[in-house]
Amino acid sequence: MKLSLNPNAPDRRLLDEGRRTRAMTWIMSVMLFLTVLSGGLGLGMLAATAQLDRQLSGRLTVQIVEPDAAVRDRQARELVAALRSTAGVVRAAEVDRARLAELLKPWLGDTGLDPDLPMPAMIDVDVRGDAAVRATEEAARRIAPSARVDRHAQWLSPVRSFMATLTWLAGGLVLLMASATAAVVLLAARAGLDTHRDTIEVLHMLGSTDLQVARLFQRRIAIDTLLGGAIGAALALGLIWLLQSRFDALGSELMSGVALQQRDWFLLLLLPLSFALLATFAARVAVLRALAKTL
Amino acid sequence: MASGMANIVQFENVGLRYGTGTETLSDLSFTLTSGSFYFLTGASGAGKTSLLRLLYLAQRPSRGVVRLFGEDAGVLPRARLPGFRRRIGVVFQDFRLLPHLSAYDNIALPLRVAGIPESDIEAPVREMLAWVGLTDRGKAKPPTLSGGEQQRIAIARAVIGRPEILVADEPTGNVDPDMAERLLHLFDSLNRLGTTVVVATHDFHLLNRIPNARMMRLEKGRLHDPTGALRHPPASPA
Repeated sequence: MKLSLNPNAPDRRLLDEGRRTRAMTWIMSVMLFLTVLSGGLGLGMLAATAQLDRQLSGRLTVQIVEPDAAVRDRQARELVAALRSTAGVVRAAEVDRARLAELLKPWLGDTGLDPDLPMPAMIDVDVRGDAAVRATEEAARRIAPSARVDRHAQWLSPVRSFMATLTWLAGGLVLLMASATAAVVLLAARAGLDTHRDTIEVLHMLGSTDLQVARLFQRRIAIDTLLGGAIGAALALGLIWLLQSRFDALGSELMSGVALQQRDWFLLLLLPLSFALLATFAARVAVLRALAKTL
Repeated sequence: MASGMANIVQFENVGLRYGTGTETLSDLSFTLTSGSFYFLTGASGAGKTSLLRLLYLAQRPSRGVVRLFGEDAGVLPRARLPGFRRRIGVVFQDFRLLPHLSAYDNIALPLRVAGIPESDIEAPVREMLAWVGLTDRGKAKPPTLSGGEQQRIAIARAVIGRPEILVADEPTGNVDPDMAERLLHLFDSLNRLGTTVVVATHDFHLLNRIPNARMMRLEKGRLHDPTGALRHPPASPA
């Protein structure tokens, strides 16, 4: 039996289309909608985590807590100069005092910015590599023993950890959906075998191989999965696009990392195809196993 | 029948039991020679259909040996069954036409199963439709055909692949006497082309229509010939 995708091909008529239900298409549509959403969440979180890593892993803040303003300012200047000549340090700059006052304004108010207030000197440092971090810490200890070095990655690590958890959760959901799809296909294939038992028996008696019969089912299930998958994936991709445009409107630096790249969209588009392949394989296994029990 | 013809089927002490019940067929030993015509007779429930099921590989024997084309069918691996089945044409008692396919597609089915290209299918199917006198009914679906027409489509489907053995289970059971004779004539002409034909029937009037036919009579699952009037095929040599 030659298998054709032409809907009018003779082999396409072997299984009675009149006894076919559309349930499989709609189930696959829902499955793929949820899977693509999960995949979108996972890829978005992965991108955001990567951006967070890029932005924070090499960023440090050195605080020089020194009550004597003259000593503090001298230490700050010396440390900035030392850091600028340190290998691996990309940028070292003292935070402008006016900017610092601006940042403190919500807590201390206009009157709180007294020149006698012992505000620490803050130095923003961008480094490349762990060696540069260690060099920064050593320089700070040497020049300003009271200095404290904060790694941004450290204080944002709970956020990063949460995003990583979401990524894993999304990946897990995609796998779970794939398993559920395979299970649904197994059940559908068995039900199909039952519905078309008479036809299959006749085909067997005429000399059909199990593989020929399996192909009839796997093609039908592949088409249902592709059709349902295309509907579900299209809806999910539309929703993701809508959400992404809402994130963009927020203007948040953190949320902008959630944006999907071209590669991510391509991966999401591959999901319906992957699921169709998975469904085809599951149908083939289910039908061949069931037929192996007959003569 | 010419002597020296090859044994196409051999039954040796064959028994068939469904589940844990009593044996439906017991101690069957006979040989069918290639190119012969056989009638299998017996009352309803005698085991004719069960014997035919063993012949067309829908069933394996519970005991004994069934040899088809020289090979023990009881131990044939499943993967080889389709190849054997393509050498056997079957006319089922209930026709088993696929109701959603046209008469044309039903007849073409064995060729499509065998992987014959579509371009090579139309001519033999048209020829078969003409042979069974249903040239103008090719597009009709089985539910719209009469019993006799369905029967003829079933016969055309069984013979289109030029099987080495044709097995027909009560092929004249649903048709009038004229049509029954016509169908027998079709079987006879196929037999003349070299196909071994086995026809199960309980219609004794048909038996003398094919003068050279051999006969097997089943009673309660055993080959039986109480009067000696019926011709048994020879038993297999031990």
